[in-house]
Amino acid sequence: MRKILLLAVLLLSASSIYAGGYRVATQGQRALAMGHAGVALVNSAETAFFNPSGIVMLEDRLNVSVGVSAVMSNVKWQNETTGEYSETDSPAGTPFYAYITYKINEWLSAGLSVYTPYGSEVKWEKDWSGSHLVNNIDLAAIYIQPLLSIRLSEHVSIGGGPIYATGNVEFNRNINQTITDINGNRSNVNIEDSGVTNWGWSASMTVAPTDNFRIAMNYRSEIILEAENGEATFSNIPNSGLVPAENGVKNFNASLPMPAELSIGAAWQATEKWLFALDYNRTYWEAYDNLDIDFVDPSVADSKNPRNYKNSSSYRFGMEYKASSAIDLRAGYYYDQTPVREGYFAPETPRNDSQGFTAGLSYKINENLAIDASFLYVRFKEVNASYDHYMVDGKEVPFKGTYKSNAFIPGIGVSYKL
Amino acid sequence: MKNYLKYIGISACAMFLSCEPEFDNQVQENDIYVSGDADFTNFVSVGNSLTAGYADNALYVQGQESSFPNIMATKFELVGGGEFKQPMMADNLGGLLLGGQQISENRLVLSVTSGSPAPAILAGTPQTEITNKLSGSFNNMGVPGAKSFHLAAPGYGNPAGITSGQANPYFARFASSESATVIEDAASQNPTFFSLWIGNNDILSFATSGGIGVDQAGNLDPSTYGSNDITDPNVFASVYNDLLNALNANASGGVVFNIPDVTNIPFFTTVPNNALALDAAQAQGLTGFFQAFAGIATQTLIQQGVPAAQAQALAAQYAITFNEGPNRFLISVEPSQQNPFGFRQMTDEELLLLTIDRGALQNSGYGSVALTPEVMQVLGILQQGGTPTPQQAMLVLDAVNPIEDEDALDDDEIMMVQTAKESFNATIEGLAQANGLAFVDVDELMKEVSTTGIVYESGVMTSAFVTGGAFSLDGVHLTPRGYAFIASEAIQSINETYGSTVPTVNIGNFGTVTFSDDVQ
Repeated sequence: MRKILLLAVLLLSASSIYAGGYRVATQGQRALAMGHAGVALVNSAETAFFNPSGIVMLEDRLNVSVGVSAVMSNVKWQNETTGEYSETDSPAGTPFYAYITYKINEWLSAGLSVYTPYGSEVKWEKDWSGSHLVNNIDLAAIYIQPLLSIRLSEHVSIGGGPIYATGNVEFNRNINQTITDINGNRSNVNIEDSGVTNWGWSASMTVAPTDNFRIAMNYRSEIILEAENGEATFSNIPNSGLVPAENGVKNFNASLPMPAELSIGAAWQATEKWLFALDYNRTYWEAYDNLDIDFVDPSVADSKNPRNYKNSSSYRFGMEYKASSAIDLRAGYYYDQTPVREGYFAPETPRNDSQGFTAGLSYKINENLAIDASFLYVRFKEVNASYDHYMVDGKEVPFKGTYKSNAFIPGIGVSYKL
Repeated sequence: MKNYLKYIGISACAMFLSCEPEFDNQVQENDIYVSGDADFTNFVSVGNSLTAGYADNALYVQGQESSFPNIMATKFELVGGGEFKQPMMADNLGGLLLGGQQISENRLVLSVTSGSPAPAILAGTPQTEITNKLSGSFNNMGVPGAKSFHLAAPGYGNPAGITSGQANPYFARFASSESATVIEDAASQNPTFFSLWIGNNDILSFATSGGIGVDQAGNLDPSTYGSNDITDPNVFASVYNDLLNALNANASGGVVFNIPDVTNIPFFTTVPNNALALDAAQAQGLTGFFQAFAGIATQTLIQQGVPAAQAQALAAQYAITFNEGPNRFLISVEPSQQNPFGFRQMTDEELLLLTIDRGALQNSGYGSVALTPEVMQVLGILQQGGTPTPQQAMLVLDAVNPIEDEDALDDDEIMMVQTAKESFNATIEGLAQANGLAFVDVDELMKEVSTTGIVYESGVMTSAFVTGGAFSLDGVHLTPRGYAFIASEAIQSINETYGSTVPTVNIGNFGTVTFSDDVQ
């Protein structure tokens, strides 16, 4: 199993958006097809992510779910006053998950989860109008979490476990709005660090008053990924004693929070064929106050970038219809609030409020194995926004424009039970 | 796996919805802006170095990319404008080669190799060979160095005429034939829209030479003009009218620019005329020197047969008083009956050129007196009531070291420049109105740059040398930001004149002076 996980980590570079900020809500094809409303669903090893306390309520002794999504996002920016425009050409992000649960006895289950809840991959045209803020960013975090779930009574269970998080970040931008080398190439800095690790935890509880109705909550702690001695590569810096930088590598320290998340949900098996799920989700984005890049060398000016995010909510709804003994059809919708405040709309995470439309199905190949597919379309409203906190000579210089984004996220996975 | 998923996704979105997010009104798809009565399909720009994108004393690739018509053309693209071709230089060094010999310097960069930030010539061997003829026609017909009448002069692009000064090396690179004129090559492109900014050099080359040329007002034959002369206003008016008619023949419209006041540009405003800083003892010493000078001058004039009273009165003008603090320099003038020794103190309005030897001003008494020990000795004799020998007296007279004519623009010269500018600008504005063209009052705009400055999102652009942001390191030509400002103002004027809604320019996205320590 460990080898498989390792392989998965190596093969797939996790990433991309969805759910405000850099949260990527694609942690299970079955739940994703239902609007990513999965806290109170207990139907596969996906439960290990959405609600660890639920795994003890799974019927089978062994459950495995693995899957991957392809995030294809597009963002366009334009400024009607100046006629400037640009669009992203972001590579497809591939968030993945792998869960395994094992029922030790009727009141105790154990599990292991590997998933990629946070990430972002945005690539603007190089030297575009906002290149002093970002040319491209690639951020990925992988969470690995052992779990225990204990049934306290017929109706109540609890669960949770420690989380080991490991992250990579690459961030590229131009030094400022104008400076170039002698041939007109924009001066640039690329910061990169990988294998940044830290610990966190999650805890959850399920209450199932009847066989057909379940409510559950899950809390996942904040994990701050602190890059130490990462590599910042300066390029196209003019050869001049007047520029306080030079071509080459400098070390930097920076930290990026993976915010805490609280989910509360209910699931109702209305009839033999119909299942409904509802989640409320709160992400504690206030942890993301600043993106500060502190260069170890005191002669290189630190980069201070206020973000000032606010806590945000998502509202998720999904349903499942048993079309036949082999096929389950699913559909869902969610509304996702942006954590970005007015005046802090930075183009490295150009996320305003969004709506997600989801659909999917499971096909049972046999009693033990099913294929799960999902499709998510994320729609962002056209928005006039600005980032007002870029400093030039002690003066805030806004970067304004109109943004329009969308994303298509197909996903596929398998569920196995024994 | 990654690709496989991507294809599933693409086919899925192709089935359901458009994959690309779309704005309600797309800038890129010409949904927003209108061209009004103007047709920007084929935009041709005619002019001099300011149209070419010349900066830092050279024409180089980066400057050309930031030429004001090129910046305008990127905005015109949003309202049907076509490709804007420029006769690109071979490199970012900017020097010119003629038959392998370098005939013009590389560009200036701001360097700290001398210890403090100062313009210096960028090192490197330039690759732009004038005899490598560029093929095709060019939308940017800006020819650095061109005066108004040059644009209509046959042979101005003939490589054979470059060394004799009959032809222009920049035009020689892309003239359609040896006998072609700039205006013919521009008009033959059938511009649907044009810009014309010409006349600057008709005045400027006089001014930047320190006024060593001649004001040719009254001389209607430009073929007799020297390179540093001021063009006769009637010649200018007649040529300008012809140029406009040629460009406007089939065009939907155009934009014209007037001539800014040269006395606002850093080339003339950077070195103050009162930079002679003296402490009390120095001021007293200099004042004493000129009292002595006046005495010797009186004697000299009397010896030359000037009646004593008259000699005394004439010599009194040389008893110049100096004070502690800044004092104005001395300037050389043509010796005359009124000013037999040929110098005086500068007036408040007179200007020094950026190219003046500032080291000499500070250290060798240029603009005041070279007080050698021998001179001091003579002064000592005078102080003790002695009589110096004629040779000693000569030492005192020769010690005066006034600023030469080519390093300064005096009141008369400034007057000539202003008169010509007023006359040219009246012609330009009048013809713009008569032809219904958009007009940019660069004279007024540059006044604003040099007084209040131009406020934009990330700062204020002024005409201060090096730091102001508007002017490049040659003190005459603009920076990319300065050119972007001109482009933005031109677009606003075009929009007002033709009812178009071409978007304007964010000048903060354009750079100013370039830093480099790779200098000669």
